[in-house]
Amino acid sequence: MGIDRRNFFRSLGLTGVALGAGKKLGATPEQSDEKEFYGILYDSTRCVGCQSCELACALANGLPEPDPEDYPMPGTIRKTNENRRTVINAIETPQGEIYVKNQCMHCNQPACVAACLTKAMLKTEEGPVIWRDRKCMGCRFCMVSCPFDVPKFEYHSPNPDIVKCNMCFDRVKEGELPACVADCPAEALTFGTRRELITEARRRIHEDPDSYYDGIYGEHEAGGTGYLYISPVPFEELGLNTKLQKKSYPELTKGFLFSVPSIFILWPAMLLGIHNATKNNAKTTDDDE
Amino acid sequence: MTMSNTNYNLPADNDGKSIGKFLVAQLKPRGKIFTLFNMISVPIMTLGIVLIVIRFVKGIGAITNLTQEVPWGLWIGFDVVTGVAFAGGAYVVTFLVYILNMEKYKPIVRVTVLNGFLAYVFYAGALLLDLGKPWNVVNPIIGNSFGVSSVLFLVAWHFLLYMIAQLIEFSPAIAEWLGAKRIRKILSGMTLAAVIFGITLSTLHQSGLGALYLMAKEKIHPLWYSEFIPLLFFLSSIFAGLSMVIFEGSISQRVFFDQISQKNHKAHDGILHGLSKICTLTLLVYFFMQVVVFIHGKHWDLINTRMGYWYLTEMIGFVVLPMILYFYSYRKRNITLIKVSALVTMIGVIINRLNVTVIGFKWDAATHYVPSWMEIMVTLTVLCIEIWVFRWIVRRMPVLRDSPSWVKEH
Repeated sequence: MGIDRRNFFRSLGLTGVALGAGKKLGATPEQSDEKEFYGILYDSTRCVGCQSCELACALANGLPEPDPEDYPMPGTIRKTNENRRTVINAIETPQGEIYVKNQCMHCNQPACVAACLTKAMLKTEEGPVIWRDRKCMGCRFCMVSCPFDVPKFEYHSPNPDIVKCNMCFDRVKEGELPACVADCPAEALTFGTRRELITEARRRIHEDPDSYYDGIYGEHEAGGTGYLYISPVPFEELGLNTKLQKKSYPELTKGFLFSVPSIFILWPAMLLGIHNATKNNAKTTDDDE
Repeated sequence: MTMSNTNYNLPADNDGKSIGKFLVAQLKPRGKIFTLFNMISVPIMTLGIVLIVIRFVKGIGAITNLTQEVPWGLWIGFDVVTGVAFAGGAYVVTFLVYILNMEKYKPIVRVTVLNGFLAYVFYAGALLLDLGKPWNVVNPIIGNSFGVSSVLFLVAWHFLLYMIAQLIEFSPAIAEWLGAKRIRKILSGMTLAAVIFGITLSTLHQSGLGALYLMAKEKIHPLWYSEFIPLLFFLSSIFAGLSMVIFEGSISQRVFFDQISQKNHKAHDGILHGLSKICTLTLLVYFFMQVVVFIHGKHWDLINTRMGYWYLTEMIGFVVLPMILYFYSYRKRNITLIKVSALVTMIGVIINRLNVTVIGFKWDAATHYVPSWMEIMVTLTVLCIEIWVFRWIVRRMPVLRDSPSWVKEH
């Protein structure tokens, strides 16, 4: 049944496209070959949990300075919120205490961007996913859709913003490093094109297989993300969601959206046809049974 | 809200003469002022408006319990998603009357369209309360910010277009009220087109409301999440809408007794009887689809959990039971039981929509979202204002009563 419907939608979709009613339904700007998405590789084996990235992020983005009393502790999970776009958490493992950084994943095909009806969320050609104040109407559909629960909302403001990491897009455009990468003293963060970062991550795992869990989180998750993780332990131990689908999230609504133009063409014709076919019944149907 | 013995001075044909005076006279209240409904609704609305002011001064968080993990609560899950399902009666009844040419349902078509129209106006209005930056609501409509890959973009446009279509469907009643003969003729000529357009829009946005939740794949309890949500939402909007028509109709028959002609009053039981048959059939199809979805989902292991019992409650108590009730009351022609079936169906639709949007959303989170009393109060305020406007229109325009004598049908 599931296959049937999917095929049905697919053929409807093809009809729609063939009929030339095709709107541009792509969730992201087409991945052009000339330009590659930038991303950031986070290496948990190098991270010392110093929170320099948190401070750098706050300073670069005009956020309140982090509370020095609030530091990573195993057992407590600190979350990003409207006042901080990135946090470091500590995890107790058999290999000792390790750290994990959380922030926007900058998906290749972001759910938030597909969800946004005003194009306030935008996947830039450079890779960072940014949010634009003037366009946003504050519907929070991006928050509902994001599989990583990244976008945060200023619930206590009369003019609330959506808050999330934008990979310091303004700095990236100028050829500078994102603030967190620039200020990381342990070189746990590496900035580069996604392709370079995956190669680099593979090299590190290959050269020191004993220190690393064999895998790169973000290579395939949610259709691939701009932020990539390597770690000494399996990723679920870091608190990362490993149950996410490998397909991108906008794929989930594509079938529905593709069926729209076809319904718009087929339905009115069908309804008009039924109307004309039943016209003469009107006088006789006192009782429709 | 008891009936009043007001005489209705229908303008025979104003054609623009002293229309101002006429409108001023129409604005005056009619009927008793101290009715039970008024006594309850006025304090609610007063409090609700105070809360809405607080919301705009201090932010949405000041009166709601929404969190960073649960950004959509009662105002979306109930006001919009459930309310629009209940407003589905308008497209189903116009389909019966104008597309299938079932004259039998003609007496309820105007009141149903009016109800549908007001539902959309007020639920879209309630949506503005939920928007962080409501002044940017025009962005997806005008300007250069078309997020065409968004399901919400589709839903927003459809709300707008469908409201226009419903206004056109209802407009002959306004023309009759104003005594504008020529305009009425033009407007009623547009009805069929508006109906066809409206049904197409409804098919897409009733399912579209379900499609909104497709990307929240891991956030919704697996018993309620499937790629079939749009289809299930569309199917259930048929019996949700018709049950609302039955429910609203049986109240209007009492409250607006003085408006309804003897003939239509007598016909009403027959209408409910016919609707109960359609409800039985659509509930059956819906239940079949739910079973197929369940079997394909392979979630047998989840049945023996708390959420599993809740799922069974919904499916048996609020899908199978109302289906049997409708069927039984249809066979026995028991009108009271039809109304009971409608009520059970409506509760079931509310439960279903809340299960997808609120109860099953982040069901596994440490802290659950429960709406604040203030969110509930604002919801009630929106409902009360809608009923006030509905009552104002019904008392003045030929909605339930017959059109003035100068209108020649066909």
